[in-house]
Amino acid sequence: MPSTSTDTSVHSEGPRMTAPLLEVEALTIGIRRRGRDDVRIVEDLSFAIQPGERFGIVGESGSGKSLTLRAIAGLLPKGVEVLSGTIRYRGDDLGGMSAAARRKLMGPQIAMVFQEPMTALNPVVRVGEQIAEGPRRHLGLSRAAAADLAVEMMRRTGIPDPARRARAYPHELSGGLRQRIMIAMALSCSPRLLLCDEPTTALDVTVQHQVLQLVEELCDETGTALAFVTHDLAVVNQTCTELAVMYSGHRVEAGPVKDVFRDPRHPYTRGLLESAPDFDDPDRVLVPIPGFPPNVAQRPDGCPFAPRCRFAIEACTTAMPAQEDVGPGRTAACIRTHEIGSAAPGEPVEVLA
Amino acid sequence: MSASTNATDGATATHPAHPATNLQNAPVLRAGDVTKRYQLPVTVIDRMRRSARTALTALDGVDLELRRGEVLALVGESGSGKSTLAKILVGSVTATTGTLDADGERVPLHRDKDASRRIQMVFQDPYSSLNPRISVGSMLRELLVLHHIVPRAEVRAESIRILNLVGLEEDALDAYPSQFSGGQRQRIAIARAIAVRPDVLIADEPVSALDVSVQATILELFARLQRELGLSILFVAHNLAVVQHLSQRVAVMYLGRIVEVADTDELFRNPRHPYTRALIDSIPRMGAESVTARLALQGDPPSPFDIPTGCRFHPRCPYAVDACRTTDPALTPVPLVLGTRPGGPSTVPTSAPGTDTTAAQATAPQAPHVAACIRSAELGDVDPLHEPAIEADDPALTRPDVLLDPERVVETDLSEVAPAAPAASAAHHQEEPSA
Repeated sequence: MPSTSTDTSVHSEGPRMTAPLLEVEALTIGIRRRGRDDVRIVEDLSFAIQPGERFGIVGESGSGKSLTLRAIAGLLPKGVEVLSGTIRYRGDDLGGMSAAARRKLMGPQIAMVFQEPMTALNPVVRVGEQIAEGPRRHLGLSRAAAADLAVEMMRRTGIPDPARRARAYPHELSGGLRQRIMIAMALSCSPRLLLCDEPTTALDVTVQHQVLQLVEELCDETGTALAFVTHDLAVVNQTCTELAVMYSGHRVEAGPVKDVFRDPRHPYTRGLLESAPDFDDPDRVLVPIPGFPPNVAQRPDGCPFAPRCRFAIEACTTAMPAQEDVGPGRTAACIRTHEIGSAAPGEPVEVLA
Repeated sequence: MSASTNATDGATATHPAHPATNLQNAPVLRAGDVTKRYQLPVTVIDRMRRSARTALTALDGVDLELRRGEVLALVGESGSGKSTLAKILVGSVTATTGTLDADGERVPLHRDKDASRRIQMVFQDPYSSLNPRISVGSMLRELLVLHHIVPRAEVRAESIRILNLVGLEEDALDAYPSQFSGGQRQRIAIARAIAVRPDVLIADEPVSALDVSVQATILELFARLQRELGLSILFVAHNLAVVQHLSQRVAVMYLGRIVEVADTDELFRNPRHPYTRALIDSIPRMGAESVTARLALQGDPPSPFDIPTGCRFHPRCPYAVDACRTTDPALTPVPLVLGTRPGGPSTVPTSAPGTDTTAAQATAPQAPHVAACIRSAELGDVDPLHEPAIEADDPALTRPDVLLDPERVVETDLSEVAPAAPAASAAHHQEEPSA
């Protein structure tokens, strides 16, 4: 789809000069503990999403990627809170807003698609009514107009026979259809920013394909920006243009997807790319990353990736590396990032004790 | 390395049953026309509604061979019956009808201790498949003692040897599953499976629950077990990139049936069932920039309560013709293209015994590439990886427009196409070893 992708770049080129749609700055999310240090699950995280941009956040389980998305949506689990930092939406600080003001944003401005549609949908309300709720509340539509819009949204998300399906309950629909309902619901008020938390992980590969294509088309159509959290590098490659890689609550690398994939500048990004089987290159040797991520409550000093990093040196374990500039629009949090580009893949691994 | 060789010897020594000739020919495990139906209880409401939804057909006539020493991948969407088949093979679920043969001998309905030992399973979720209250050491000890794998005095040494084999240290013996990460737990689950020296390992989505960086280590472990212990592995998976990396052969399932079986390379280069092709086209790619596929499926898989007539894939199939709605196609041989491709990669992707696989094919009675589609012969000429069409002698194979244009597909006369397939298959097959 070359024509649509150029559309997106046109969308994002203009406003880029002005202000980003979403700006996350030095965000720290964690759990306060009396008498002890706070558990900092996400630490000092910064990124910005431009209007119409498709932004991917990649990381393994426990890297804090989903929590970041939930913090933006104001849906952090009980006990977990934003400890410091700001989240600005169109220049307004979300943290400083009243709950009511924030609720007004959710729907017409920011919408979210969750991983498991069965738990995110209300099981005792017909799906048509669930989709119509947002437009009625936020756009002031009448019951009938909102119901029509719901059916129209379902039709646009590719649900066959939408008028009949609108009267179904979530349990009567398949996983793929439920996820489409979630997307129809999220897009019903034409939000400016769509937050997607692993929307296709629970789906089969042919259905995943349908859903990703749908998200891409609808975002192109309405100029909606996308914040897409996933662990699947290939999915990011196909849906996003910009990317942030998270490891143990830190942003370790960021930049345009194509550039990062072609020339990763953080050892962790590189490890991820080398360990994932690539369908187009089946003969490549997979290089696993040794060890496993640190417990966020006892994160080691220095770079959190140092214990698993084959490039680690003494200095890595003393201080958290700063974000180094490694190219146009690219950063990497590694003190040896300028040497990494030249190292051969699968080079002998040295693990610090 | 030496330790693992011992394990192979030991495993063979415990079964003097199979003669050497049998090792070459008989598949290590064969399922013949296996069917599984789940009968649902009929409720009062069902009777009032006269509802007919009382039987779920999970498997509908599955034939599958696992060859000695190979990794055979079983792929398909959720609900296709791949896990049910895995459970039937391992004996935890009983088939409604059909037969199972191990090494050419019928597996009894109720397996004795030795029959159970020979086929072992690794489950998807290492968090729920290990007993949290039993330490790794006692888990292994129980198995080794129960199956008399080694004399009691050597149980501890043998446990340590097994742990080392899966990449764990001796200190894991006294630990409980909760003390390990997901990848390590999966190693423990694998240790449990191979401790009793099975012939066959059935792995049901063993890496799906793991992070990408850990996945690679477990895949490498499976490849090593195959290489060093000569294990035959049935690898159930939905991630085709993983399958392509690990397996020598692939069987594709759709709604309780196997619709295509071929060598991994052959299947991915030359899929002859529209569903296989759609699966391949749906894989998220590291090389592509956008979500596009030449063959994208519409709709969801149909319900196993209500299987479509004719070919069960026809409601979603872009190539379906009238005959597909009435004819239920059987698995039939299709022409091999891989062997004739000049300069094309013809080796098996992993370092596994590629030559052995070829030898097995030559002796196996079954044709190496089978697909259950009446139009499979026509599907051959368009490469799924978007490469130029492969040259073929059969005039029916050089019509790419037929496949891409749904209008014309309907008009195609099948009678001139179908009979060509077996002959072409034989010709290509003979060329293959020389290529």
